Amino acid sequence: MFDTRRSALGVRRLAFGIRRLAFVVRRLELPMNIMVCGVGGQGVILFSNIISELALTAGLDVKKSEVHGMAQRGGSVTSHIRFAPKVYSPLIEEGTADIIVAFEMLEAVRFSYFLSPSGRLIYDPHRIDPLPVTTGAVERPTDEWLEQQLAARVGKRGLPAENGDCTAANPMSRSEGLSPFSASAGDSSLIRVPAFQAALKLGNSRVQNTVMLGAISVYLDFPEPAYRDAIQRLVKPKVVDLNLKAFSAGRALCKL
Amino acid sequence: MTKKLLSGDEAVARGAWEAGCHLAAAYPGTPSTEILETLSTYNDVYCEWSTNEKVALEVALGASISGARALAAMKHVGLNVAADPFFSAAYIGARGGLVIITADDPGLHSSQNEQDNRYYGLMARIPVICPSDSQEARDYTMRAFDLSEEFNIPVLMRLTTRSAHSSSVVEVGERHDHPVKGYEKQITRTMVLPAFAKILHADLEKRLDRVREWNEKCDLNRIEAGSRLGIITDGVAYQYAREVFPAASFLKLGMVWPFPVDLVRRFAATVEELIVIEEIDPFIETQVRALNPSSVTGQPSKITGKDKLPRTDELSPCVLRSSLESATAKLQTPNSESSALDVRRSTLPELPKRPPALCPGCPHTGIFWGLQKQKLIIGGDIGCYTLGGLPPHSAMDTCIDMGASVSFAHGCDKALGKTDPRRRVAFIGDSTFFHSGITGLINTVYNQSNVVTIISDNRTTGMTGHQNHPGTGQTLMGNVGHVIKPEEIAKACGVKNVVVVDPYKVKETRKVMREILAKDEPAVIINRRACALHIKLHNPPYKVDPEKCTGCKTCITLGCPALSWEKVQGSTGSRVQAPEPEPSTPGTPEPRSLARITEDICVGCGMCADVCPQEAISRSASAELQTPKSETGSKP
Repeated sequence: MFDTRRSALGVRRLAFGIRRLAFVVRRLELPMNIMVCGVGGQGVILFSNIISELALTAGLDVKKSEVHGMAQRGGSVTSHIRFAPKVYSPLIEEGTADIIVAFEMLEAVRFSYFLSPSGRLIYDPHRIDPLPVTTGAVERPTDEWLEQQLAARVGKRGLPAENGDCTAANPMSRSEGLSPFSASAGDSSLIRVPAFQAALKLGNSRVQNTVMLGAISVYLDFPEPAYRDAIQRLVKPKVVDLNLKAFSAGRALCKL
Repeated sequence: MTKKLLSGDEAVARGAWEAGCHLAAAYPGTPSTEILETLSTYNDVYCEWSTNEKVALEVALGASISGARALAAMKHVGLNVAADPFFSAAYIGARGGLVIITADDPGLHSSQNEQDNRYYGLMARIPVICPSDSQEARDYTMRAFDLSEEFNIPVLMRLTTRSAHSSSVVEVGERHDHPVKGYEKQITRTMVLPAFAKILHADLEKRLDRVREWNEKCDLNRIEAGSRLGIITDGVAYQYAREVFPAASFLKLGMVWPFPVDLVRRFAATVEELIVIEEIDPFIETQVRALNPSSVTGQPSKITGKDKLPRTDELSPCVLRSSLESATAKLQTPNSESSALDVRRSTLPELPKRPPALCPGCPHTGIFWGLQKQKLIIGGDIGCYTLGGLPPHSAMDTCIDMGASVSFAHGCDKALGKTDPRRRVAFIGDSTFFHSGITGLINTVYNQSNVVTIISDNRTTGMTGHQNHPGTGQTLMGNVGHVIKPEEIAKACGVKNVVVVDPYKVKETRKVMREILAKDEPAVIINRRACALHIKLHNPPYKVDPEKCTGCKTCITLGCPALSWEKVQGSTGSRVQAPEPEPSTPGTPEPRSLARITEDICVGCGMCADVCPQEAISRSASAELQTPKSETGSKP
């Protein structure tokens, strides 16, 4: 350990600088973990494809994992996206997601345990009630209660290691502000984006995912034109304009 | 070389195309479906949806015997169906490269079991290779074709849901053409008669010895030197292990059978402790333990495997950390406090589950409603409609395997006879009927049971993402051919009572069904409506008139996700168990509890309006309806 008693101020600063540099370098090698969750049919997969393409274009190794099939029929859908110079596991570990993007609030709570203590949770307050709720078998959780749960999850951030939260002590977890990929657009870690409502205003609820893309773009380092380019390449030609508008709307919702 | 982001399935397709594959056949099955969907977009490869996996493999074998490079793809349970030609293919060999892809499903994301198909290779005497990401999926597919031709043997490549459906970066190349060698008559090789097969079996074992020898030195397996902790692994498990044990030594097996005995011994000699990390069964571990490497080399002292790691479900870095806690602690690998992770997960409050549900406008919904609350034993089958076994539909008793509904109902009927008054019914989808329901139907007629078979014909293979099948008449290559109608097949099988109903006329369908069920004779009911998701049905939504709605829940029992039953007050967020819905009790009003339609997901099928006893559900008069092409036809 560094001994302050025998060191001049300059040496201390130098040592601090080296440690910080080492941390940043290590952080650069750790993958950026983005988890996207929602309900089958909401466009989780297209959203993930666009983010992954951006990382690929930026010259990074990318892994994206999702499951198709039965879950598509109105079930929970998640997509794991990881990018870095080298990525091994296609799955994000619990407690290590840098960003969770949730297209539906119940799903936001359901997967919130994946969030890193220093992570950001971007959610649409939109609700799609699951069958046990619509048939009356289970009571519908209120919006307020769900938002309280989200606030409680994010509120865990920054706890000291001795508090028992392993992810705070975990060398894999990130320190605030040091992530090379996340911009410092505001310090809020819980970001409410009414994307579904914005999409309805644009005349098509199906562009909810692109509104959310606009929202996350504020917190990632990829240049804005890259998103627009990816949208043009990956969505059907006749809805490109609508999606570009939705993207702008999402950005506008998140810019301070 | 260009880089692309491809899923494992897409990478297999790319690899097959680059390897000069001439023919590919498959039956859709998650997680393998996208292989043929992607491959069919390339030129120069004939692709087809065969009627089932057995047919697909036989088609591929036919091409291989003709000297063409051929691929057959299927999900893990598909290989059970194709097992018969699979075993024969090993004896016959591969004149043109023959690659069989099995996409296993650890974690049962979309399957009825977690079988580990690496054992099929061992049992049928066919080499097994396991890629761990999309780059390897592309590379190994290409290698598999070469190997298959070099050693005159089919090659089985095992993907898992995670490797098939994860996307990663792939360096791709161009197609290498391999001319079709042509057919040469050689019955001693292509007829597995006892006399010939006896010789072929001995020959197969010799071929395998050569493959084993090759596998000892091949670059499909690699050693990554590190610490004195040695890990032997394959497939996607390698990626998890690499993440959790960044400093360990690795033997990553690309070809897991025939087992590279000497390579494993060599690796074991360099480490103090061995961990075998693989998904589901101890396939590698059993072979490692059989070698007893410690007796040969004096070390390692310890082998860890399924004594610590789970035999069920998918692995993940989290699972590795929690199962191998002592090893991770010793190596001080990151994130080692896995028990605390469980705490993190367990602090999550209990939430309403979100099971998969049938879509708004799903034609299966209508017929399930008619089957509810009747005295029936219903053999179910495999497709979206399997969800009909769950509440609120509760209209199915079994799910066994593709096509089992009809034969189950027959067996049930023969066993119970008149001792049980419940009528025996089979419920099967159109694609599943063509896959393997027809033989069962013929059996019911031949062996005389009075099973009522319902063929729910939604004009597509719905569950796997809308593939064509014989009943649509359209092929994977885009050709339009003869539309084979299930009702014509039923009649040809000897069923005299065959009716076609429209599930959107819910009450009428129920009436027709009740009449048929009352008669003591075999019958086939075709429930015909195009899948609402496939034809993108989007009629103006319906509305519930709160003045007329009595809260009887009849519509709710349809199980349409667009319908909800809402208490007007009392939502506190605490999830208390409400009483089960009481269907078919119209006229028992519950004040302040009404049905509601979520308009942005309602597709306007009108089934709820049809069943509403109060006529409280209607569409606004000015609404314009979608053109009638949606009524029964398939997608143009």
